[in-house]
Amino acid sequence: MEALANDPMLPRRYRVLRTWSELSDVRTMELQPVDGSTVSFQPGQFNMLYAFGVGEVAISISGDAADESKIVHTTRSVGAVSKALNSVADGDVIGVRGPFGTAWPVVEEKGRHVVFVAGGLGLAPLRPAIYHVLNNRQDYAGMTLVYGARSPQDLLYPYELQAWKARFDTNVQVTVDHAAPGWSGQVGVVTTSLDRALAGVDGAEVSAFVCGPEIMMRFTVSSLKALGVTEDRIWVSMERNMKCAIGFCGHCQFGPDFICRDGPVFRHDKVSRLIVKREI
Amino acid sequence: MPAAVGERYLIESPEPLVGALLLAGYRVIGPQAGDGAIVYDEIEAAGALPRGLTDEQSGGHYRLKDGDPDRWFDYVVGPQSIKKYLFPAHQKLWSATRTPDGFDISPAGDDYPKTAFFGMRACEIAAMEIQDKVFDNGQFADSGYGRRRANSLIVAVQCARSAETCFCASMNTGPRAQSGFDIALTELDEGGFLVECGSEAGASILGGLDLAGALDGDWEAALDVTRNAAAMQTRRMVGNVAEVLREHLDHPRWDEVADRCLSCANCTLACPTCFCSDVEDVTDLSGDHAERWRTWDSCFSLDFSYIHGGAVRPSTKSRYRQWMTHKLSSWHDQFGSSGCVGCGRCIAWCPVGIDITEEAAAIAAPLDVTGE
Ligand SMILES: Cc1cc2nc3c(=O)[nH]c(=O)nc-3n(C[C@H](O)[C@H](O)[C@H](O)COP(=O)(O)OP(=O)(O)OC[C@H]3O[C@@H](n4cnc5c(N)ncnc54)[C@H](O)[C@@H]3O)c2cc1C
Ligand code: SF4
Ligand code: SF4
Ligand code: FES
Repeated sequence: MEALANDPMLPRRYRVLRTWSELSDVRTMELQPVDGSTVSFQPGQFNMLYAFGVGEVAISISGDAADESKIVHTTRSVGAVSKALNSVADGDVIGVRGPFGTAWPVVEEKGRHVVFVAGGLGLAPLRPAIYHVLNNRQDYAGMTLVYGARSPQDLLYPYELQAWKARFDTNVQVTVDHAAPGWSGQVGVVTTSLDRALAGVDGAEVSAFVCGPEIMMRFTVSSLKALGVTEDRIWVSMERNMKCAIGFCGHCQFGPDFICRDGPVFRHDKVSRLIVKREI
Repeated sequence: MPAAVGERYLIESPEPLVGALLLAGYRVIGPQAGDGAIVYDEIEAAGALPRGLTDEQSGGHYRLKDGDPDRWFDYVVGPQSIKKYLFPAHQKLWSATRTPDGFDISPAGDDYPKTAFFGMRACEIAAMEIQDKVFDNGQFADSGYGRRRANSLIVAVQCARSAETCFCASMNTGPRAQSGFDIALTELDEGGFLVECGSEAGASILGGLDLAGALDGDWEAALDVTRNAAAMQTRRMVGNVAEVLREHLDHPRWDEVADRCLSCANCTLACPTCFCSDVEDVTDLSGDHAERWRTWDSCFSLDFSYIHGGAVRPSTKSRYRQWMTHKLSSWHDQFGSSGCVGCGRCIAWCPVGIDITEEAAAIAAPLDVTGE
């Protein structure tokens, strides 16, 4: 049964250490393998999380890769499985397969001015890369984060955003589509904030990591290119239906690529041909 | 007489071979007539083989009819392939039981006995080898598939005729299987069979039979059999199809075929290489016992591409395009070969007779830009 126990389709049991609410429909949980082993992953990778009897879905890892004692996920409730995952309590056990997929090449892009552009929940898959750059800030020429959300109530990780913004070695821009009473920050699409954030920056020094709705990523990439960032220095994270995460089920295909194995993080020139087509 | 790998022999009839396989403890799966078509099922003797039958196939059409009563294998492929054994349509992956401390998960074993696939055609062997690459992609391996595959013996039958829907010759997958079998039979025009021994496992089965050595002339006669089958093929796949499809994602032909396609998924279910699957999570009434099942899925279903907010491929056009470009183009990028072996099943079993070779040719043809 040894071979079977290592089967890539078999979830491993993880205990929920702690969960808390982030937004009205978004929760974060910290997990630890029941068998006591350590966890390691690369920023940008995801796990398949299984809620007992309900099902399994792809959720990005949103914690710090330097902390091997636990794994962190931030999930929005949209349907049966994500709702079940968001109703677990501290001490519960869920199933985990992973980590899967490609990573943001933060280590490879050392020395560069790293620009993160996130839309909505897209901040979660970028956060491990942000942690890495902030933990090793001296290795990078610059760090810019442009984050857009629908409204001030939809801003993910607001306290961390404030802390990152308060550092002297970062440029953090936060914008919302719709302001609310009390909001004194920017209002508008991320591309406007991005143009402002990168004014005076030489695009040739920038490596950009983009995650958010596909339409937001498309506009962001156009803006980045207009600012002189080359396509081979832009990475995006793609999302498709996923049933297996190991290249077997066929659901996540995007032309020649399986997003679960060849992605979810792609260098933009790898997907630019198809990303502009409809219904791929 | 002892048999050796790479050697060729003659036998009178397949009957003793089926007997030897059964005696050696194999479950023998072979072609049979069932539901008006050739299907695969377990056979207990060569008598169960659909001797004397032949088939008539064309776009959206399949019919079994009487042929030469003495001929054993004058039909070609039916709607099923051995995919249903190696990659079952409905398969339990694991089960889980709630415990005071969470739950335990245990992998599902399967009771796949030592199996001989009898009567596999060249295109079916090619399809199986394609699925071998799908389920062991270098990074992950499906242990169940691997176990079933390792426990299988392949007895090929080299095709003596082609159906109107066959185009394996243009896909370089047939009609003669060059490798991938343990034993291969060619039914000779004069009666009797030329036997090729492809492996040690095949040799050990053949060693128990009353064989005569084949002469060069017998081998020539066997080659003629498959040459004749190839010459019967009227359909062919256009040569540079992978590139053509990659470059023509916006061709008007996609709209045209989408008007005919019912999005019924018959083509994907009949195709011996299609591997897409879905998972089902079930619980018993108490809620304490859960199982995960894997089932065949199809890129023609709307749910297939569902992500929160809606399907990525809502139109039939995009689904047909996904299916055909995957088969004939992106499969090369993913697995280093075409995903189509030219078996023609998708043509015969399409209720509206859509023909993958014709669609490919239409997209490859220069566009009439005059609008006439
Ligand atoms: C690589 C990757 C990383 C992701 N990271 C996160 C994350 O960090 N946080 C988060 O909240 N969500 C993330 N998602 C989206 C998440 O997987 C879906 O929200 C989830 O699958 C919805 O499942 P459901 O059963 O709750 O909802 P339903 O809408 O009822 O979905 C039904 C089924 O469709 C499929 N499905 C639906 N939406 C998606 C989707 N967006 N992506 C893939 N399959 C889908 C699933 O199989 C799901 O079970 C990620 C998706 C991918 C592909
Ligand atoms: S695409 Fe059609 S012809 Fe090609 S292998 Fe599949 S069923 Fe056979
Ligand atoms: S091509 Fe034919 S068999 Fe395939 S989904 Fe369309 S109508 Fe059904
Ligand atoms: S999620 Fe199954 S192939 Fe990628």
